[in-house]
Amino acid sequence: MAAPYDLKDDSVVVIIGSGAGGGTLGNELAQKGIDVVILEAGARHEYEDFINDEWDSFGQLAWVDKRTTSGDWRVAKDFPNLPAWIVKSVGGSTVHWAGASLRFQEHEFKDLTHYGKIEGANLLDWPITLAELEPYYAKAEDKMGVTRTNGIEGLPGNNNFKVLKAGADKLGYKECHTGNMAINSADRDDRMSCQQTGFCFQGCKWGAKWSTLYTEIPKGEATGKLEVRPNSMVQKIEHDKSGKVTGVVYIDKDGKQQLQKARIVAVAGNSIESPRLLLNSESSMFKDGMANSSGQVGRNYMRHTTGSVYGIFEKPVHMYRGTTMAGIIRDEARHDPSRGFVGGYEMETLSLGLPFMAAFLDPGGWGRSFTSALDQYSNMAGLWIVGEDMPQENNRITLHKDEKDKHGMPIANVNFSDHPNDIAMRDHAYKQGVALYEAVGATRAFPTPPYPSTHNLGTNRMSEKAQDGVVNKHGQSHDIKNLFVSDGSQFTTGGAENPTLTIVSLAIRQADYIAKEMAAKAI
Amino acid sequence: MVTIFNRKAAPPGRVEKSGISRRDLLKRGGTLSLGALLVISGNAIIHPQAAWGLETSNLKPETMASLLQLARDIYPHDQIPDRFYAIAIKAYDTKAGTDADHKKLIEDGIANLDQKAGKGGYIGLSWEDDRLALLRGIEETPFFQTVRGGLVTGLYNQKDIWPYFGYEGESYSKGGYIARGFDDIEWL
Repeated sequence: MAAPYDLKDDSVVVIIGSGAGGGTLGNELAQKGIDVVILEAGARHEYEDFINDEWDSFGQLAWVDKRTTSGDWRVAKDFPNLPAWIVKSVGGSTVHWAGASLRFQEHEFKDLTHYGKIEGANLLDWPITLAELEPYYAKAEDKMGVTRTNGIEGLPGNNNFKVLKAGADKLGYKECHTGNMAINSADRDDRMSCQQTGFCFQGCKWGAKWSTLYTEIPKGEATGKLEVRPNSMVQKIEHDKSGKVTGVVYIDKDGKQQLQKARIVAVAGNSIESPRLLLNSESSMFKDGMANSSGQVGRNYMRHTTGSVYGIFEKPVHMYRGTTMAGIIRDEARHDPSRGFVGGYEMETLSLGLPFMAAFLDPGGWGRSFTSALDQYSNMAGLWIVGEDMPQENNRITLHKDEKDKHGMPIANVNFSDHPNDIAMRDHAYKQGVALYEAVGATRAFPTPPYPSTHNLGTNRMSEKAQDGVVNKHGQSHDIKNLFVSDGSQFTTGGAENPTLTIVSLAIRQADYIAKEMAAKAI
Repeated sequence: MVTIFNRKAAPPGRVEKSGISRRDLLKRGGTLSLGALLVISGNAIIHPQAAWGLETSNLKPETMASLLQLARDIYPHDQIPDRFYAIAIKAYDTKAGTDADHKKLIEDGIANLDQKAGKGGYIGLSWEDDRLALLRGIEETPFFQTVRGGLVTGLYNQKDIWPYFGYEGESYSKGGYIARGFDDIEWL
C-alpha cells in the first residue's frame, strides 16, 4: 500500500524526520491526496519490538551518534557527548515521550509583550496567538486521544501520583490531577488502553500511548500517498539558481548516497538535527547556511528549565509501577514575577528504573550519600520540573569545526548556559518539590540535576519579521518559499508545557497551509 | 566470560574451574590470603566462604582483589554480596586484554593507591574512612573516573541485583501493573 516514489519524482513533498512534526505532517498531507516521502534517519522498530529494559531500549532507540557540548550546563560535564535523550527510529521521539499533552497559555505566545525585555534573553512574541492555534489544538487532542479532552476520562492515579497529590493538597495547590495524557484510558482509535506497565520512555509495547509510529504513519501509508524510508540520513538540501529547494541528498539504508527530488522540503529532525542540516546546506548562494539570512538558524536553543526532586519515605511507594508521567501540578505554571522569575513551571510525576536512577541521580556521584539514596529505591517518589527557559542567542547549535560523522557530515555542537531566570526558576521549583515531599513525611528529599535534554526547541524560530527568525507563522522559511520547518525548532519561545501537543497542532495547521499554497500553485 | 560459581551451581567441593577444591586451595602453598574473605590462587581470586571464584586473564589477580574493594568503596551497598561487584569489575580485566592503555591505567591506578596506603596496600586499610580519605584525593583522576563510570552500568545494570533494591524490572510479560499493585499504596 505504501507508495514507492521515484528518486527523480520532483512532485513529492519530502519530509525529513518522522516524529511528532514530520510524522503528523506526512499523514495530514497524504490524507489530502498529496504525495509524500518521509526520510527517517533511524530504523523501523514496531511496538512489539520495544524492550522493557532501560539500557537495552536506549541501545535500540536513542540517538547516540556523537555530538559535542559546551557552555556551563552540567550536562556538558556529565554527558559531554549526549546533550539530548531523543530517538533515532521511525516515530522519532514520539516513541520515547511520556505523553503529557498541554496547551500553551495565552501569554506564552507573547513573552516579549508580557515579560518585557530581559537582559541576555532574546525574547520575541510568536507571530500567532493562542486563539489562532486553538482549533488545531482541538484537532490534535482528538487525534491523539488526550485525556480530559473530548470526553476522555483521566488515567487512574498510580502510587507516585498519590504521593504527589497528597503533597499538593498539603501545600494548598489546587490544580493537581493525572494529567492531559495522550495515553488511552480506554480503548480508542484501534489502540488498547494503558496497562500501567511503567516503561513509557522505552516505547509503549501496548500501543496505548500515541506515537506517529503506529497512528499517523500507517494511516498515511494506507492512503497510498505516503512512503517512509527508514535508515535514510539526510545530509544536504539542494536548491536551484532561483534559490528554491529542489531535493535532498541522503545516505540510504545500504550506505549509498542518493538524491531525492522534491517540490517542497519540510525539515523535522528535532532542534539539533534540523539546524545542523540547514547549516550544512550552505552554498555559494547561501553562505551562512540555508534559510539563514537572519543569522538565527541554530540560535535560541531551549531545553526547558528542568530538574527532578525525589522523596524517600518510611514505607514503600514503588513509583516505577504504572504510567510514568500521569500526574501534574499546574499551579506554578502561571506567570507571576513576585516569585523572582518570569514564566512558570509544571511539576509532573517521574520515575526511572534502577539502572537509570543510578546513572542520573547524581552523575559523577559516589559514596554513601549516593548509595544510601539508591538503597531506598522502593520507598522513593519522584517528580520532574518542566519550566519555560529563556531563549539566548548564544545557546546554539553549530557545526563542529573538525569532527565529522561516518558519512563526512560535520557533527553538531550544542552550546548551552543557564540564564539567571532559569536558575531562579529551578531553585524555586526544587524548594517547592522538596517541601511537597516533606509535607507528606519524607525522611529525605533531594533535587537531581537536569538530564540530557528531551525537549529541544527554538533553533529555527518563527517570527513576524524575516530579520528576527527563520520561519513565518506557518513554519515556512522567510527566505525560501518551498522550504518548511515542522518540528519544535520553530518555537519562538518554549512555554512551560511539554511541547509535543503544540508541535502536532502546528503540523496539522501547516498541512492545511501547504495544501492551500500547492493548490494555488504558489509553491 | 565471568566465572562466578555459587554453591548450588558448582559441583560439590569445587569452587574453581581448574578443579581446585576449597580444601586444596586452603592447604596449598603460595596462595595469598586477603583478609578473611578473599584468596588469590594462580590467576584467580577466590571467595571460599561464598564459594565463588573469579578468573583473571589480563590484570594481576592482586589488582582485581583491590578493584573489588575499590568498587565496594565507591558504591557501597552492604546488602549486596561481593559476587555482583566481582562481575562488575571483570569488565576491566576483559578490556585490559585488548587495550594496553586501559590495562596500564588500571594497574598504575591500583599501584598508586597501594603506594599511598603504605604497608599492606589499599586493601590492607581496614577502616573505610581511611580508604575514603585516599579516594577523595584521587576522585578527579582518569583512573578513578574510569572505574566509577564503568560501575554505573557494570553494577546497577545486573538484573540479578535489582531485587535487592526492590526494583521489579520488565513488566510487559506480566501484563503490566494494572492488576499488580500500581496503586496499592496504603500508608498515605
